Amino acid sequence: MSDTLDAFRIETRAWLEANCPAEMRTPVARDSDVCWGGRNAKLSGPQRAWLDAMGAKGWTVPEWPAAYGGGGLSKDEAKVLASEMRRLGARSPLSSFGIWMLGPALLKYGSEAQKLEHLPKIARGEIRWCQGYSEPGAGSDLASLRTSAVLDGDEYVVNGQKVWTSYADKADWIFCLVRTHPDAPKHLGISFLLFDMASPGVTTSPIRLISGASPFCQTFFDDVRVPAANLMGEAGKGWDIAKYLLTHEREMIGAMDFSAGGRDSVSQIAARTIGLDGEVLGDPILRTDIVRHEIDAWAFGLTMERVKDQAKAGQGVGALSSMLKYYGTELNKQRQELLMSVGGSDSLQWEGDDGDQSRSWLRSRANSIEGGTSEINLNIIAKRVLQLPGA
Amino acid sequence: MALVLTEEQAMIRDAADGFFRDAAPPAAFRKLRDAKDATGFDRDLWRQMAEQGFAGVLVPEAHGGAGLGFVAAGLIQEAVGRNLTLSPLLSTAILAASALVAGGTEEQRAQYLPQIASGERLFALAADEQARHAPHAIATTAEASGNGFKLNGCKTFVLDGHVADTLIVAARTDDGITLFLVDAKAPGVATERTIMVDQRNAAEVTLTDVQVDGADVLGGVGGGAALLDRILDAGRACLAAELLGVSQQSFDTTIDYLKQREQFGQKIGSFQALQHRAAHLFCEVELARSATLRALQALDAGEDRAPMFVSLAKAKAGDVAKLASNEGVQMHGGIGMTDDYDIGFYMKRARAAGETFGDAGFHGDRLARLMGY
Ligand SMILES: Cc1cc2nc3c(=O)[nH]c(=O)nc-3n(C[C@H](O)[C@H](O)[C@H](O)COP(=O)(O)OP(=O)(O)OC[C@H]3O[C@@H](n4cnc5c(N)ncnc54)[C@H](O)[C@@H]3O)c2cc1C
Repeated sequence: MSDTLDAFRIETRAWLEANCPAEMRTPVARDSDVCWGGRNAKLSGPQRAWLDAMGAKGWTVPEWPAAYGGGGLSKDEAKVLASEMRRLGARSPLSSFGIWMLGPALLKYGSEAQKLEHLPKIARGEIRWCQGYSEPGAGSDLASLRTSAVLDGDEYVVNGQKVWTSYADKADWIFCLVRTHPDAPKHLGISFLLFDMASPGVTTSPIRLISGASPFCQTFFDDVRVPAANLMGEAGKGWDIAKYLLTHEREMIGAMDFSAGGRDSVSQIAARTIGLDGEVLGDPILRTDIVRHEIDAWAFGLTMERVKDQAKAGQGVGALSSMLKYYGTELNKQRQELLMSVGGSDSLQWEGDDGDQSRSWLRSRANSIEGGTSEINLNIIAKRVLQLPGA
Repeated sequence: MALVLTEEQAMIRDAADGFFRDAAPPAAFRKLRDAKDATGFDRDLWRQMAEQGFAGVLVPEAHGGAGLGFVAAGLIQEAVGRNLTLSPLLSTAILAASALVAGGTEEQRAQYLPQIASGERLFALAADEQARHAPHAIATTAEASGNGFKLNGCKTFVLDGHVADTLIVAARTDDGITLFLVDAKAPGVATERTIMVDQRNAAEVTLTDVQVDGADVLGGVGGGAALLDRILDAGRACLAAELLGVSQQSFDTTIDYLKQREQFGQKIGSFQALQHRAAHLFCEVELARSATLRALQALDAGEDRAPMFVSLAKAKAGDVAKLASNEGVQMHGGIGMTDDYDIGFYMKRARAAGETFGDAGFHGDRLARLMGY
C-alpha cells in the first residue's frame, strides 16, 4: 500500500512541476492573489492556468468523488498531494465557500440532480457562492431568522433581508436560510434554498469594514422567484443542514492560518524586523510574549493533526469543530496583535502595500465573530462535549 | 507518525489506568502522607510495579525489561498523575534507565539495567545545584585522584535521594561536565531528606572527598552535558505526561462537581461564567495532550528535533496543569480549600512537577533558542 502511495507521490510531484506556473509558487501577498473563481472572476494568466489545470484533475477538491468533479483521492493520497504542494510552495488554486461550506452539505443532503448540477462547477471554480445566513435580527440566535419563502405553484417567493453576506456583490449563487413554516417552532420552520444572485429582486449593497475593505454586504430579496426544485433536503429541515455546514465552516476558519504552511512564524518575522541581541531577540519582553504564543500555536497545530489522525482511525472526536474554531481564531488574533507590536510604527501605515499589516490586524478581529462567535462556540463545547446542565 | 496510540499502546494505557486506580489511588497517597512514612512510598507497590513491567518500561528486553519505549512510559506516568501515586518511577525507571541506556558501558548496562527492571535498586539524579533549574550551572568538582576521581560539592532537589542506592552525579571535570555513578553509602556522601509541598521528597546531597572509580564514569569524561540533557529530556517528557494526568483528573473532577453542586436553585454548571471557563480548559487540556504525545513519539523515534518537542510539551503541560488545578479549586468553592478534598493535592503536584526540570519560562526560553531567537 505504501508502495502505491510512493508511486502516487512521484507522479504527483512530476505533474505539479509541469503544471504549476512559477507565479503560483510564491506566497500570497495581497487580496488579489487569492483566486475565488466565478462567472466574473478577474484572474491573471497564471491564476487561470493553475485553476484550470487543477480543476480538470479535480484536485481543487481532492477527496470529492470523481463523478462530481472531485479528485476521488483517498485521505492518504490527499495528504500526499497537500505535502507535495507545500514542497513546491504552491498556492491554493481556488478559494471557495462552495468548497469549504456548501460542498460538504450538498454531498450529504443534496439530491443526485443537485449534486450533478452544482458540485462540478464548484470544483472547477465556475460558480462562486455566498452564504445567506445572518440577518439584522438573527446573528448568534440564527434560528430566529425571518426571511420568508412562500410556495407559489412550483416556485418559492422569497422576501427579506440578509446582512454581513460576504462577497454577495461578487457571488453568482447563494445558499440561503429561509423560513417556510412561519407557525412551526423556530428551529423547525427553516429551509435551505439555493438560488442565482442574478434572479430579479435580488439587490446587494456593500458595507465597509474597519479594515477599509468592503467584502460583505446587505442583501435584499424582493419577491425573488426560486424554482421549488432548488430546495435542498426537506422543507422545514433546513436547520440540520445549516448546522452541519457550520461545523465545516468552523473547522475551516479555525484551521485557516495553521494549515496554510509556508507562512512565516511571528518569531521569524520578529527576528528579521527587530534583529537578535547575541542569540536572543532584541526585545526581551516581546520575546516572552512571542514564545508563549508560539507554544500555543504549535500545540494547536499538533491538535489539529491529532484530531485528523483520530478521525482516520475511526475514533470519535465529538463537537471538536467548535474547539478548533474558538482556539484557532483567538490564536490568529493574538498573532496579529504581536505582528503589530513587532512592526512598531511601521505597522500603523494605512495606504498602499505598507498598509497590509494594519489591515490584516483589523480583519483578524472578525475571525472570532464570523461563523459563530467565540462565546457561541464555548457554549457549544459546554453543552455538547462537557454536557453541562442548562447550557 | 500518526498522533494516535497504537493498539499495543492503548492496551498499556488501559492496564496502567486499572492498576493505579486499584493499587495506588489518591486514598493511598493520603495514607502515606498522614503516616509520615519514612520511605515516602510503598515498597510493596514498587515491587508490584516491577512485576507489571512498569519499572522496566524503558529497559531493553535483553536486559530483563519490557522495552516498551517513551510513549508507554508516558502513559504510565499519566496514570500516576491522575492517581497522585508515590513511587520511584521517575527517578529510577525513567531517569536512571535512560541514563544507562543512552550512556552506559556494556558492563554498566549489564549490571544495573536488570536491577532497575526488577525494582531491586533505586537511583537518584543529583544534577541541580540551584533553586531554579539551571542544569549546566555546575560547581561540584571531580578531580583526578588515584585511578578515579574525588567529588566535592552540594546538590539540591535530588528526587528520591534519601532512598537511592546509587546516585547519578553531575560534576565538573577539566574538559566539561562528567556524570558519575556513586554509591549512596560511600564515605563522604551525606543525604538529608526534605519533604516538599506535594509530599515528594527531594534530598540535599553533600559530597565531601567522595572517591569514585574510573569505571563509574557514565558516558565518558567530559561527555556529561549532552548526556545530561538527554536524561533530563526523558524526565521532562514523562513529567509532561504526569502533568497531563494531573490536568485531566482535576478537570474531570471539576466537571463532575459542576453537575452536582446546586446554588440559586440550579446546578452551578448551568452558569455561563463557569461554562466558558470549563470549555476553555477543555481546549487547553487537549493541546497539552497533543504536545505531550508528540514529544514522547519524538523521543521514541530519536528525532533531531526531540528537544524542541520536549520543551514544548513540558512548557504547555506545566501551564495547563496549573490552570486546571487552580480553576478546579476555585470552582469547588470553600470545599476546594479543605484538606479533606483531593483537588488541593492536584494543585500542589502541578506546582511541583511544573517546577521540576524547568518550568514554562525555562522551556520557553530553551525553545526560542533552539528556534534561533
Ligand atoms: C467579516 C465577517 C464576515 C461574515 N460573513 C458572513 C456571511 O458570509 N454570511 C452570513 O450569513 N454571516 C456572515 N457574518 C455574520 C456572522 O456570522 C455574525 O456576525 C455572527 O454570527 C454574530 O452575530 P451578530 O453579529 O448578530 O452578533 P450578536 O449575536 O448580536 O452578538 C453580540 C455579542 O453577544 C454575544 N452573545 C450572543 N449570544 C450569546 C450567548 N447566548 N451567550 C454568550 N454570548 C452571546 C456574542 O458572542 C457577541 O460577543 C460575517 C461576520 C463578519 C464579521
